Amino acid sequence: MADIDVTQELPIPVERPRPVTAGPLAWLRANLFNSIPNTILTIGALYLLAVIIPPVVRWAVVDAVWHGETGRACRGGGACWAFIEEKGRFILFGRYPYAEHWRPLFTVVIFIAMILASCDRRLWGRRLAVLWLAGLAAVGVLMWGGVLGMAYVEASLWNGLPLTLILATIGIVFAFPLAILLALGRRSRLPAVRAICVGYIELVRGVPLITVLFMASVMLPLFLPTGVTIDKLLRAQVAFILFAAAYLAEIVRGGLQAIPRGQYEAADSLGIGYWQRTRLIVLPQALAMVIPPLVNSFIGGFKNTSLVIIIGLFDLLGAANAALTDANWQGFYIEAYVFTAAIYWTFCFFMSRYSQMLEREFNKGRQS
Amino acid sequence: MTGSEGAPIIELRGVDKWYGDFHVLRNINLDVARGERVVVCGPSGSGKSTMIRCINRLEEHQRGQIVVAGVELTSDLKNIEAVRREVGMVFQQFNLFPHLTVLENLTLAPIWVRKMPKREAEETARLYLERVRIPEQADKYPGQLSGGQQQRVAIARSLCMKPEIMLFDEPTSALDPEMIKEVLDVMIELAQEGMTMVCVTHEMGFARTVADTMVFMDRGEIVERGPPKEFFANPKSDRTKLFLSQILAH
Repeated sequence: MADIDVTQELPIPVERPRPVTAGPLAWLRANLFNSIPNTILTIGALYLLAVIIPPVVRWAVVDAVWHGETGRACRGGGACWAFIEEKGRFILFGRYPYAEHWRPLFTVVIFIAMILASCDRRLWGRRLAVLWLAGLAAVGVLMWGGVLGMAYVEASLWNGLPLTLILATIGIVFAFPLAILLALGRRSRLPAVRAICVGYIELVRGVPLITVLFMASVMLPLFLPTGVTIDKLLRAQVAFILFAAAYLAEIVRGGLQAIPRGQYEAADSLGIGYWQRTRLIVLPQALAMVIPPLVNSFIGGFKNTSLVIIIGLFDLLGAANAALTDANWQGFYIEAYVFTAAIYWTFCFFMSRYSQMLEREFNKGRQS
Repeated sequence: MTGSEGAPIIELRGVDKWYGDFHVLRNINLDVARGERVVVCGPSGSGKSTMIRCINRLEEHQRGQIVVAGVELTSDLKNIEAVRREVGMVFQQFNLFPHLTVLENLTLAPIWVRKMPKREAEETARLYLERVRIPEQADKYPGQLSGGQQQRVAIARSLCMKPEIMLFDEPTSALDPEMIKEVLDVMIELAQEGMTMVCVTHEMGFARTVADTMVFMDRGEIVERGPPKEFFANPKSDRTKLFLSQILAH
C-alpha cells in the first residue's frame, strides 16, 4: 500500500463511503469477523476459553491452599501451593545439605549471569572465554566446597536446578565447538577425517540419548581398569556433550552448505588460509543462518537433561519426583509438575526470544 | 618477489586441463610481462575464465607449468598462498563478504594475511576507497550498495593487498548498463598506473583503450593474439573474424 505514488496525477476514482476503519469495533471486524470461517473460529475459540479458563482459575487461585503443614491441609479441590511452599526448596536444590543451600543458589545465579553476559555481542571473544572459565571454576568451588571453610559436598548430592543448568550449559558450551569441528570435518577434503566425522555423527544420531546415558553409566565402568572410577555426573555430562554435538553438527553443516562458492574463492584469492577463512568468513555467515534450528536444538537439549533421572541423577524434574515421595505430601503431581514446567518454560522462552533478537541483529543492514 | 626485470611475471607453458572427459584448456602458452595489460576474449565456454582462474589456482591445471612472480604453482599450499598474496582477483559476482562492512571487507586480508596493524590497514583502505570514488560508503554493508559500487569495493579490496598482478574475470558482466562505465573507469585508471592486468571481458571499447595484447580463445585454445590495433583491424583466423563480427555488430 505504501509504495503507491500518490503524487501521480491519475483520475481519482469516486469512492463509495467506506465503513469505519478505526476503533475497537472496526478492529474486531477486520481481525476476528472478516469472513464466515473466521467468525466460526472466533466463536468456537471464545466458547473453548469460556469452558477452560474458569475451572483453571478456580483450581489455581480461588480454591487453592497456599499454606499448610502437611498434605492434609489441602482437602478441597483446589491447588495445593502449600506443597510448593514446603517442597520448593527441595525441588530446586534436592538433597544438597539444607544449611548450605546458598551455594547451589549462587551457582544458579552465576549461570544465569554468565548466560546473560554471553548474550551481549560486544563481549564475544577472548573476554567471554575467560569469563566462562572463571565462572565454571567458581561453580566448581561452590558446589564441591572443601575449601574456604565450605564443607565438602559430593557430586551425587548436586540435585535439582543447579544440576540441570550444569548439564545443559556445560553440555552446550562444549558440544557446540565440537559440533563445528565435526561439521567442518564432514566437509573436509581429507577422506580419513571425513569418514571419522560421518561415522561419528551417523552412529550417535542413530541411538537414543537414553542408550548413550546407559552406556556411559553402566558399560563404561566395565571397560575402565580396576580402581579407576569416573564420577557418574561427569560420565553423564560427557555422554550429553557427545550426543548433542552430533545433532548440532548437522545443523552447522546445513549452514556451511548454504555459503556460496564465491565466498571461498574471494577468500582464497586474497591469500586467506583455511582456518582464517573458516573463522572470519565462513562460520560467521553459516552460523547466523542457522540460529533458529540451533536454538531449537539448544532448547531440546536443555529439556533432554531430564533424562539423566534414569541413571539415578536427580535434576530439576528428578528432584520434583523425589519430593512427591514424601509420605506427608502425597499425590500433588500437578503442582509439582506445574512448578517445574514453569521453570523449564522460563529458560526456554528466554532462549527463544534471544534467538529472535539475534536474528534481527544479524540481518540488520544486510538485505541484498 | 623474485623474477628479474624483463622476464615474464606470468608464464603458462603447455597448460592442459580437463573437467572429467571435457578438455577445457588445450596446450595454453601465455607470457605476461610486468606492467603488461592483456585482455582475453572469446565465446562463452571457450575456457577464458578457467584460464585466468588457473593463474591463482582457483582451478588446478593437470598438465604443463604455470609460474607466477617466480613461484611455480603446484599442489604445495605454501606456494599457492604466496602467489595469491601477490595476485588480486575481481569476480563477475563481486563476492564481497556480506556480513562485514565495506571497510572491514577491505581491511580483513591486510590485517590477517599481511599482519598489518589495524590502524594502518584502515588508512590504506580509506585511500583506496577514495580512489574508487566511494569513500562515503565505508561503514555500509555490501548489500546496501549498487552493483557498480560493490564491484568498485571489490577492486579496492584486492588493491589493499598491494598486489603485483590483477585478474579480472568478467567484472562488468553482472552489472546494469549504466554502472558499467564507473567500473571500467576505475580499471582504466589502474591500467594507466602501470598495473599488470589480465582481464576477461566483452567490453571491446575498454580493450582498445588499455590492452597491450589481445588474446582470443575458442574451444579451450588460444586461437589468436596480438596488439589490439592489428587484432581488431586484421584478424587472421576465421573464428576470430566471426566472433568479432558478432560482438561488434551492434
